Amino acid sequence: MSGIPQAAKGDISIRGVSKVYDPSGARVTAIEQCSFDVAAGQFAVVVGPSGCGKTTLLNAIAGFDTISAGEILLDGEVIASANKQIRPGSDRVVVFQNGALFPWRTMMENIVYGPVRQKTMSRPEAERIARELLRRVGLEGVQDKYPGELSSGVQRRGEILRALINQPTVMLLDEPFRALDAVAKSVMHEFVLELFDFSPRTMFFITHDLDEAILLADKVIVMTTRPARVKTVIEVGLPRPRSANVTGAARYRELKQSLLEVVHEEALKAFQAGEREMA
Amino acid sequence: MAQSSSLGRRLARAATDAAFWRGLLGLTLFFLAWYVLTAVLKLPRFEKIPDPLAVLVDWLNPHATRSLFTAPYYVDILYSVARTYVAFLAAVVFGVGLGLFMGWSTLLFNFTFPLVEVFRPIPPLSWIPLAIIVLPGIELPVVYVTFIAAFFATVINTILGVHSIDRKYFLAARCLGARPLDVLRDVVVPGALPFIFTGLQIAMGLAWMSLVAGEIIAGQRGLGYYIYQAASLYQYDQVVMYMFTLGFLGFVSSVLIRRVGQRMMAWEEARRKSKG
Repeated sequence: MSGIPQAAKGDISIRGVSKVYDPSGARVTAIEQCSFDVAAGQFAVVVGPSGCGKTTLLNAIAGFDTISAGEILLDGEVIASANKQIRPGSDRVVVFQNGALFPWRTMMENIVYGPVRQKTMSRPEAERIARELLRRVGLEGVQDKYPGELSSGVQRRGEILRALINQPTVMLLDEPFRALDAVAKSVMHEFVLELFDFSPRTMFFITHDLDEAILLADKVIVMTTRPARVKTVIEVGLPRPRSANVTGAARYRELKQSLLEVVHEEALKAFQAGEREMA
Repeated sequence: MAQSSSLGRRLARAATDAAFWRGLLGLTLFFLAWYVLTAVLKLPRFEKIPDPLAVLVDWLNPHATRSLFTAPYYVDILYSVARTYVAFLAAVVFGVGLGLFMGWSTLLFNFTFPLVEVFRPIPPLSWIPLAIIVLPGIELPVVYVTFIAAFFATVINTILGVHSIDRKYFLAARCLGARPLDVLRDVVVPGALPFIFTGLQIAMGLAWMSLVAGEIIAGQRGLGYYIYQAASLYQYDQVVMYMFTLGFLGFVSSVLIRRVGQRMMAWEEARRKSKG
């Protein structure tokens, strides 16, 4: 299991980032002047109304998309600016909204894909580590199954392991549990918390579920309605290791209350904006 | 040994399967109706069609011009099967190859798609004059005519297959460090396979259809050629017997393609089983 835990790197700094879609035509501003920092090994959760441009930030870090202004730094190095787009790479692995395990590969073949393709491990070594990871999270029976044979909860856990085995500096999770039911979701939360305790690294997690945000995060970044700006940044400060029991704590309820107020304000604005558009 | 036991199991399963019995019933009713119309009632027009019993007797008659017990029958089959499969395999190689790259590269797609769309609707038969003067011998023109429709069906379905792949798989592969050729092998090819195999089923059907037309006009030997010959000698029993031979060969070809597809797309089977 040699290298998996690690967190010396992974400082993300987002400085004055804006994104305009279709700059020569419709000029839709998705995000405007966004600035915040995530420290190495910190669990950052970005919340905001649906379609507010959260994913744009994640895509820029992943190297899937460009930004129009500002810059994004990873460990002091500019990885995105108006004229720079970094290549996607296994130091910044994305876990996708509806899951993106390759349906044509078994769970094991999926998990070892990164290290085997990049030749950072031999296949037997990668498989040994994959088996250890699967055992650690109680999924030893699934390695030879195809994703289509497994529940979405198991698929999602497999996808997170597929990311983790690359020991990425940053894990980028784009509403990964959105499509799951409440029970599966709470299993996933335990899973992510345990994995984060076992192997802390910078997490950039997008959601619109406030409970999920507080339960998982060190830092919650609340975004405004479109165009997305940083509305407020909340330090969670709940102790780790954490479990779902934390939802009973007074501090948790306090955080939830203040988050609700902030988000409610934004939701109302979005709602009214929607009404104006309809009128 | 394993083969025969699995065949035995499949037969045993078929015997308890309602779909199997319904299929058999459908076939029986068809042949019965055919027999009644042509041999018993001898209705106008229908009387010209050979009745199924006469066809069967001819098929089993060692002294017929062609039958199960004459060598030329198998020579015809061999010629037709060889032409069709050579043409089909060429359609697979070139069609899947071109389709993958056209689906994958927007540049190549923009260059070639209008061309494909103009050539695709040209009926195989209309290629015959050019094929005969350009290609040497008899076999190549026939194989070319057999190939051409199958090729376009394969190209189009392969392109559709590549375009059907969710973008997230491309992104995921690149996140995990895949280079362009890895993406081609690990995402484009497997992602397009379901469509490719649909295309191959269609392509095989088109190949058989074009083959017969090609053989009638340009051929020597082969099932289509002999159908034409037998017709000119008013041997309609033989014509019908060859029609059924073609039907059977086409059926076997479809089954083969489906089998290969199932083997290459084990994940689809697994998913179907777990959901069903």
